[in-house]
Amino acid sequence: MDYFLQMRNISKTFGEVKALRNVNFEVGTNEIVGLLGDNGAGKSTLIKIIMGYHRPDPGGEIILKGKKVEDWSVEKARSYGIEAVYQERALADLQPLWRNIFMGREITNRFGVLDVKKMREETDRLMRTTMGFTSAAISADSLVRNMSGGERQGVAITRALYFQAEMIILDEPTMGLSLSETKKCLEFVEDIKKAGKCCIFIDHNIYHVYPVADRIVVIDRGMVAGQFYKNQVSLEELTARLYLVAQTGRLNSNGEAGAGEEPRGEL
Amino acid sequence: MNSNSVKAELPSRTTLWSAVTRLLRRYGLQIGIVFVGIFVWLLFLIGSPRTFLSFPIYSSFMSTTPFFALMALPLTLVIIAAEIDLSFPSIMAFGMTAFALVLTRTGNVALAFVACLLAGLFAGWLNGIIVVRVGIPSLVATLGTQFFWRGVVLVVTAGNGIGLTSTIGTVFHEGVAGRIGGLVPAQMIWTVAAAVVLWFVLNRHRFGAHVYLVGDNVESARLMGVNVERTKITVFALMGLFAAFAGFVVSEEVLYFWPTLGEGYLLNTLASVFLGGTSVFGGTGTIFGTFVASFIIGAINAGIVAAGLTGFWTNVIYGLIVVVSVSLQAVLSRKLAHS
Ligand SMILES: Nc1ncnc2c1ncn2[C@@H]1O[C@H](COP(=O)(O)OP(=O)(O)OP(=O)(O)O)[C@@H](O)[C@H]1O
Ligand SMILES: [Mg+2]
Repeated sequence: MDYFLQMRNISKTFGEVKALRNVNFEVGTNEIVGLLGDNGAGKSTLIKIIMGYHRPDPGGEIILKGKKVEDWSVEKARSYGIEAVYQERALADLQPLWRNIFMGREITNRFGVLDVKKMREETDRLMRTTMGFTSAAISADSLVRNMSGGERQGVAITRALYFQAEMIILDEPTMGLSLSETKKCLEFVEDIKKAGKCCIFIDHNIYHVYPVADRIVVIDRGMVAGQFYKNQVSLEELTARLYLVAQTGRLNSNGEAGAGEEPRGEL
Repeated sequence: MNSNSVKAELPSRTTLWSAVTRLLRRYGLQIGIVFVGIFVWLLFLIGSPRTFLSFPIYSSFMSTTPFFALMALPLTLVIIAAEIDLSFPSIMAFGMTAFALVLTRTGNVALAFVACLLAGLFAGWLNGIIVVRVGIPSLVATLGTQFFWRGVVLVVTAGNGIGLTSTIGTVFHEGVAGRIGGLVPAQMIWTVAAAVVLWFVLNRHRFGAHVYLVGDNVESARLMGVNVERTKITVFALMGLFAAFAGFVVSEEVLYFWPTLGEGYLLNTLASVFLGGTSVFGGTGTIFGTFVASFIIGAINAGIVAAGLTGFWTNVIYGLIVVVSVSLQAVLSRKLAHS
């Protein structure tokens, strides 16, 4: 398989907390990877390392399209076509919608002068299309502060989709969304697949993850506990395995603490 | 239902009204500060019509307000970025110390002027480094550098001032402290130019966009790839640059450099920014508001003198303005957060 992203031996320590330990993780060029794990397992930490927000402990490697990356930063990650919807949404409440959509990636000329008109117009267009905002009260100049939880999420998701990213990372994008909004969000994920791009999809609800993911990676207490291709495991089996992980930190009952890289066929 | 039928009957009025409310929401603070300005002006006009109907008082506003307006404008960026700078009064004097040193050694005004600006830029940059790289809150860091630079100035000058009459006739004196057409103080032109440039930088340049984002939510900004460190350091450096320039303007106006230069500028500069509607919590604020508020602050000083009160009253009123405008912001932002 062609990999868009490969991470080798990634660890991350916050003071006393070992958030990640020797994690190996990869995403194929046209693969949807579901990332599951308990609260505090290290999922968000992993994606923030991918985005260049956190620097991994020495010894880890990030390989993008076969090339090892150096001096990784969010700015670089985004310029290489990686966008993320963070769990905390990363919005600026006191700023208008258009400044949020283009946060950190403003449309400018070569001297850094903003094209405010274009950004407003694009925001207006996105609101009607991708975001599907129908409320007349919201315009490109509305402050994010006054928006509902679902609307804020819509903004964060739209922003990630706008830049034609090659890889989109979604950290609990359905949290707090209504049923129909959740459905729309899952359709976005399917569209990413159809468009030939790749995606990391984090969600606590395996009924969301299972249908759209090609492969599911389970993280437990900072380690990869194991992974499955969807065609190797039914939803019922997966659910049972996850309970096992929660209790024992292991995916299978024969004692292997699955840090293995190969998907387990013996399930 | 109800509102729909109203809309159907009165489409033009509703759209007009919604346009008005939209404008109010977007420019409310700016409109508000203009009204405050007009109110203060009318107050003085009624209280002392003879003074306020003649040109000299306005000429005097235009000569003294720029001294602190030139610093209130960049300070607006610092405060929007959710930082503070208390060291600029000392940087005014530090820049002029560099000026005096170079002037007495070389006699070259141009070189001395460049040294002055570089000294200010350096002192501002250093504030940024202390805040960003060392991680000390700017309130404490710049309180420290305020005393540090004042100390450096006093040590270097041994407390002695120097006369600047030798700069008379140079473009540097006429350019910043001359009278355009014999009427308009040159420093006023610089203030307007600074306001226009800083407005552009803040509202039409990527750097300004990042200043707002960093002040609003620094974590979001960082997660989205904004270079928080560079943005903050640049903001402090700009502040230092403008402080040194303001110090130069003040000294050229009086043709003397006192090592105490800058004392008395902290409160009116801060008051201009806060009265102008810039939030002490960061993330919001406008150059326009600060510009108008600077002249209100300047007028209050003149008004106090014209009203026959002692200058001591100025501090009482400025202090009050800072406390009241910051309190208003706190109350307003709490209200908005709950709505
Ligand atoms: N900036 C940080 N400083 C210190 N500790 C951190 C930091 N970020 C995360 N951690 C710790 O690292 C561990 C992993 O956190 P992380 O946010 O990656 O978990 P998660 O799998 O995303 O959990 P959740 O499902 O609750 O979002 C937790 O113990 C957390 O407390
Ligand atoms: Mg998380």
